[in-house]
Amino acid sequence: MADTNMSALRVEHISKNYGAVTALRDVSLGVKYGEALGLIGDNGAGKSTLIKIMTGYTSPSSGAIYVNEELKHLHSVSYARTLGIETVYQDLAMISELSVFQNMFLKRELLIRGTPFLDNGRMKREAQEFLLTLGVKLPSVDVEVSKLSGGQRQAVAIARALFMNAKILLLDEPLAAMGAREGAAILELINNLKKKNVAIIMIGHNYAQVLEVCDRINLLQRGVITYDKGVSSNSMDELNDIIIREYRIDQKQAESSAAADGANKSH
Amino acid sequence: MSQSNTSQSQISTLRRQLTQNPVSQFFLKQREASIAIIGVLLIIYFESQTSVFLQHDNIINLYQFTAETAIIAAGEVMLLILGEIDLSVGNVYALAPFIMYFTVQDHYPVVVGILAGLLVSAFIGFLNGVVTVFLGIPSFITTLGSLYIINGLTLTISNGFPELTPGTGQIVNIMGNGPYSEIIWTVIVVFILQFVLSRTRWGMYTFATGGNIVGAKEVGINTNLIKIGNFVIVAFLGGLSGILASFRISSIDPLAGGSTIMFSAIAGAVIGGTALNGGVGTVVGSLIGVIVLSIIKDGFTLLGISAFTFDLILGISILVAMLLNVRLQMLRKAGN
Ligand SMILES: Nc1ncnc2c1ncn2[C@@H]1O[C@H](COP(=O)(O)OP(=O)(O)O)[C@@H](O)[C@H]1O
Ligand SMILES: [Mg+2]
Repeated sequence: MADTNMSALRVEHISKNYGAVTALRDVSLGVKYGEALGLIGDNGAGKSTLIKIMTGYTSPSSGAIYVNEELKHLHSVSYARTLGIETVYQDLAMISELSVFQNMFLKRELLIRGTPFLDNGRMKREAQEFLLTLGVKLPSVDVEVSKLSGGQRQAVAIARALFMNAKILLLDEPLAAMGAREGAAILELINNLKKKNVAIIMIGHNYAQVLEVCDRINLLQRGVITYDKGVSSNSMDELNDIIIREYRIDQKQAESSAAADGANKSH
Repeated sequence: MSQSNTSQSQISTLRRQLTQNPVSQFFLKQREASIAIIGVLLIIYFESQTSVFLQHDNIINLYQFTAETAIIAAGEVMLLILGEIDLSVGNVYALAPFIMYFTVQDHYPVVVGILAGLLVSAFIGFLNGVVTVFLGIPSFITTLGSLYIINGLTLTISNGFPELTPGTGQIVNIMGNGPYSEIIWTVIVVFILQFVLSRTRWGMYTFATGGNIVGAKEVGINTNLIKIGNFVIVAFLGGLSGILASFRISSIDPLAGGSTIMFSAIAGAVIGGTALNGGVGTVVGSLIGVIVLSIIKDGFTLLGISAFTFDLILGISILVAMLLNVRLQMLRKAGN
């Protein structure tokens, strides 16, 4: 980690097919420690698929993944986790029926020493303390996750990811289910994590929010990265231009195929 | 407009009162306690009507109704929490003692016979689990198939005739023939499984898999292993229960158990607060549910009410219990 230019996580020429559907065509990107990369793109562009590949949940059809510049085969989530990669999924992957502390410790439970039994007391205490250090306020760590608000859930999900010392944090639309104030709290949390030298890749829909917290933006379109630039005062305009151009192309295609349809029908 | 608004707010006030009142809080949280109280009321009623209900002989009778079913129900709870079910467990109950019998016929000691019976049972559970998980067949269908296969197997190897249970001495007493043997087995099984459920990783992963299988996979839980393991547990307990029964009555009946004991076990689990759609359930609750069913059945027998009526009552109890489950879950969610 001495080399500050080294990528924490880098992927090269990743593709992914689900049967006939090509979710990712040829994607290369990377993120450094202390950097937040914003990944944006339309619904269905393949953002979530890319995140799932980088966290070992699904394997790519082709391509290479480097962690700390070493080629790694991320064959499982648990293995990716041992490399310091943690993910907060779009659907949060929280178990509504379990309590906050159970969710935070899921898959890394504390046991009473020398027994196979859960040490619920210690898990509650540690979860409580950790949430306090992040400034996350909850009625109790004993409460079922189903009873939390969207923002509280998201905060717990991020806290859970950080809990085991995540070095590389992947966030799939962390602000989706959130009001403005809750969103601001999460953005502040992300800014703090950058200062702690965590590498962050964040998927976002709301460009203003993504630009507020990210250092660099990658735009994913139809399974390829079409834009890769540091955030500047021009970023918003550039992105808007691309989106409008994209929209026009889509429209033209729709028109011409409609025309073709019409032509076919008249025969 | 304002009319409906008032009634809306009245409803929500009522709901708040319902959920925040300490008494209903208790019943919402302690589902087992409320079922147990129903059980006690039933005992008081039957005792006042028959005055023999609490006599020693009847208690013995009662627990024999209960023990074998409760052992199966304890296992079935694990599957129900997963949103799965094992319909074949009552037929494993009938097969296991025959496996034991034929092993002993082959000049092996009784203990080896018992182990063979349990091993075969567990293996059937393993197959049920593997087929369900890897072929993606709903467990309702998988285990419906194995129900018939196992039944056919039992009838074939036994030629449809009962046999005398092998063995003499202490092992026979320990394995179901002693007066308190089955009670002790039931308590051990329920205690261990409840402990596994609420105090170990296995239990937590079982809840997680049943509650949100995608989420459970995403955090790295091996949900296939959890499912298959719980199929093994329930089938193993089916075999154990069948072997205990064979020692208790000293004979092995190819038609014992079957769907009757399986449905009673599931009914007990549901009445005890386990939701059939997964994510919720307790083993202690299933024990209490089975006890309450046994109390009703036994009380009706003493009162001279027919078995037909019992089925009627059983059916209504299950429906009421399911309605309560759904209602309570809604109230719980509205609680905070
Ligand atoms: N498990 C899957 N099976 C089949 N197709 C999938 C699966 N996951 C994603 N896809 C498809 O891959 C494409 C990209 O999806 P996704 O990565 O979720 O996009 P995004 O997160 O950018 O909205 C979509 O067309 C989607 O339908
Ligand atoms: Mg997505």
